[in-house]
Amino acid sequence: MSQAIAQPNIDQIWEWLDAVPDPEIPVISLVDLGIIRDVAWEGETLVVTVTPTYSGCPATSVIAMDIETALRDHGITDLRLKTQISPAWTTDWLSEKGRTKLEEYGIAPPQPAGGPEKCPHCGSTRVTKVSQFGSTPCKAHWRCQDCLEPFDYFKCI
Amino acid sequence: MATPVNKEDAFSQFLLRMGDNTLILGHRVSEWCGHAPVLEEDIALANTALDLIGQTQMWLGLAAEVQGEGKSADDLAFLRDAWDFRNVLLCEVPNGDFGRTLMRQFLFDAWHSIQLGRLMKSSDERVAAIAEKASKEVAYHLERSADTVVGLGDGTEESHRRMQEALDYLWPYVGEMFQSDEADAEMVKAGIAPDPASLREEYDVLVSRILGDATLIIPDSSFAHKGGRTGAMHTEHLGHLLTQMQWLQRAYPGAKW
Repeated sequence: MSQAIAQPNIDQIWEWLDAVPDPEIPVISLVDLGIIRDVAWEGETLVVTVTPTYSGCPATSVIAMDIETALRDHGITDLRLKTQISPAWTTDWLSEKGRTKLEEYGIAPPQPAGGPEKCPHCGSTRVTKVSQFGSTPCKAHWRCQDCLEPFDYFKCI
Repeated sequence: MATPVNKEDAFSQFLLRMGDNTLILGHRVSEWCGHAPVLEEDIALANTALDLIGQTQMWLGLAAEVQGEGKSADDLAFLRDAWDFRNVLLCEVPNGDFGRTLMRQFLFDAWHSIQLGRLMKSSDERVAAIAEKASKEVAYHLERSADTVVGLGDGTEESHRRMQEALDYLWPYVGEMFQSDEADAEMVKAGIAPDPASLREEYDVLVSRILGDATLIIPDSSFAHKGGRTGAMHTEHLGHLLTQMQWLQRAYPGAKW
């Protein structure tokens, strides 16, 4: 019976995955985050290759569950998740859409210079580091010296 | 534990050494959760611990795979006793005060970053992949621990005194990271890992520079406590640590949630 249903094409599946939010930063999708490395059919089985952001990130198992749930809701039952650690995840893989959404949400996107370009609240460039670590492994804690608001900065790795 | 006789045993030893270092230090650092002097440091320590535990899953996961006895990383972490652990003693010594914790972190991070840099060129691609992933996190740990050691060492009279005491206490545990045995020789032969002794020169340059900036004096002694990475003799502290870390799996075998 399953033969009668055409396999959804790969672009369609990427679109579905782009609708799955990151569990800790729900304004960006898993695709925006750059952790979905590959989507491919291996015969009847759909293989989704995922790379962790940080090796101990507690969101990793939630992410795997969210991918499964989303794809099952679209009727994909024969599914395998593959973890790939090399090449290691880098913030260069964040999508442009993701970077814009991060900033709108109040999280400064990563910069090669190693610190935020400007305050995501008021746009001031007078910002100072509070701590190299923030509320999740992928973020650091900064503060604006003009509007005085603290904010998260997405670490550049 | 008998001397490893073949490459498989030596490889398993090597992986346990990497994974036990990150597991035991990760657990130690996690003991600060909810107790650090300020909130930012609490979060930083918890994040560091999290990275180390994540790296443990990769190293011990591969160790279990190589051993081929159907065990998991969790089995190795929670169901071995003290004499089976292969971490260096530096990782298991108690936290002491905040300064000593950060000094221990710095002395370990400096070794860890050099070791991972070499392992990225390992002939075993699984080892190279784990090293590539971990090295990014460890570069960040080193930046922070080095900055903090300088800040506290070259700080107030009290912070300087405490950091010098921390260095005096911990320095005799540094040498063990560079000791080699037959298992290491086997790893060098297979191109999997470097000879630990070959990391010393780079380590000394790095550590001397940072400790110099911190206005601290490296003790003039090459005495080194050893026995952790061979499993010959751990300190009494490891057993106490395991009673906490392993308690749940020992009391409720196979518990899952």
